[in-house]
Amino acid sequence: MNIDLEVRGLRKRYGTFTAVDEVSFDLAEGGSLGLVGESGSGKTTTARLLLGLERADAGRVLVAGRPLATLGRRDRARLIQIVFQDPLGSLDPRLAVRESLTEVLRLHFPGEPSAPRVAELLDRVGLGPREAAALPRELSGGQRQRVAIARALAVRPRVLVLDEAVAALDVSVQAQILGLLAEIRAAGGVSYLFITHDLAVVGCVTDHVAVMRRGRIVESGPTARVLTAPEHEYTRLLLDSVPRHAF
Amino acid sequence: MLEIDELAVRLPRTARPAIDHISLTVAANETVGLVGESGSGKSLTARAVLGLLPKDAQISGEIRMDGADVLTMSPAGLRRHRTHSAAMIYQDPRAALSPFRRIGDFLAEILREEIGAKAARSRAVELLELVGLSEPERRVRQYPHELSGGMLQRVVIAAALAGEPRLLLADEPTTALDVTTQAEIIGLLRDLRARMRTGMLFITHDLELAATICDRVYVMYAGRIVETGLTRRLFAEPRHPYTSGLLAATPRVSALGTLPPAIPGRPPDLLSAPPGCRFAPRCPHVMDSCTAAAPPLVDGVACVKAEL
Repeated sequence: MNIDLEVRGLRKRYGTFTAVDEVSFDLAEGGSLGLVGESGSGKTTTARLLLGLERADAGRVLVAGRPLATLGRRDRARLIQIVFQDPLGSLDPRLAVRESLTEVLRLHFPGEPSAPRVAELLDRVGLGPREAAALPRELSGGQRQRVAIARALAVRPRVLVLDEAVAALDVSVQAQILGLLAEIRAAGGVSYLFITHDLAVVGCVTDHVAVMRRGRIVESGPTARVLTAPEHEYTRLLLDSVPRHAF
Repeated sequence: MLEIDELAVRLPRTARPAIDHISLTVAANETVGLVGESGSGKSLTARAVLGLLPKDAQISGEIRMDGADVLTMSPAGLRRHRTHSAAMIYQDPRAALSPFRRIGDFLAEILREEIGAKAARSRAVELLELVGLSEPERRVRQYPHELSGGMLQRVVIAAALAGEPRLLLADEPTTALDVTTQAEIIGLLRDLRARMRTGMLFITHDLELAATICDRVYVMYAGRIVETGLTRRLFAEPRHPYTSGLLAATPRVSALGTLPPAIPGRPPDLLSAPPGCRFAPRCPHVMDSCTAAAPPLVDGVACVKAEL
């Protein structure tokens, strides 16, 4: 089995505070790994280290076998992309959706005609011509998330990091985006690192999960095993805290 | 205790009323859920109960708290109403508290005018004890940054309880919190209700969460109540297609490896007014009559199909 993302002994300190402590995991080619934790668990810092937005104090990250630390910004972006909770902050407010996609394609694939790929990407994430001509602020939260996913997929990355990517959406819209993400993964070529606080979301879209607490992974394994027969006390506490009605 | 009667609120430059003729009651010691997605009007309903509607809104209908009409109250009457009748617990405790003021000063200020500074200070300590904060005498001297999110939410709840209100309005009181903290706060609210017999209107987008604490639930969609009933009944046999769609769309830990079926489309914003039933454009059971006229809420459900 090939490994898309290999993380070994990752550590990040801020002064005396260790935000990420000896974090190691593998993400298989085409796989989906959940990184679960509450605020302060270090899950978002881990994502930022993977994206090169912060520099790790120790450890190594390999994407498709290539050490991330040796790669330039553009090469790194070709391998690993991220979708945030609210893409309004990461989309250029002055660019219409179509232009925003064209911009990414021109940067990464200069000389190639971008129009057919823009059409293909829009189609893939379920956006029509009306949305293609719209500015980010004219779109709903779910539509903006579709744009962010299309932009991330434009470079054909091996790994897509989804940082609470469905957390801010209405439940009825959240299910659409989860379905879209499942569809994209089934089509092949990309693996997911799903960063979330939501165990129910992890249960429906990941095959492996790692539970983080205070910078460390306290438990990891196949999602079905971890969520049905948790071994760590903290995983059990998280599961017991999920609101469930008795009828 | 709280009666909302045919309340309609229309904001300027919008295509449909944000609140569209809703009626709702909360009895003493009853916890009632108001569940809806963005644009459903649920938070605006809470603001209406506090008499906090925008000045340029067009309002009709009545909101009565123990018989007194909130919409016609004087400013002084409203101030009393917000402390002693209906107090609000906000979503984000960090936004509700000033970072420059000690916890004790924040709590004492609410009561100082009525009972004097000294009594207000000792009451602040009592209130923190009531909401289960350890070492309350030390907490009153602390600043918000010294407390965790869950502790701050307890402070916000203590502030709401300061005037011994008859009704608590909780607008997504746990949405900004971690899941383990959320479970603690829900436990606290349940416990407070048992001890103080306070009524509560619990506003949330999360049906599952509503089910864990509410006796009855109202489901709102695009400004209207589409279904209401006892929590148990509503979850066991949802009758409105929106309620059943929303229940099905909720990811569940118990449904490992299965994707929840989505509801197509999205909730309408205030600039769009689908004719007839507002849910019709997204409804799997839509018929011609659905878009002709809005189905009235009959027997707890506003759906043409449910009446057949």
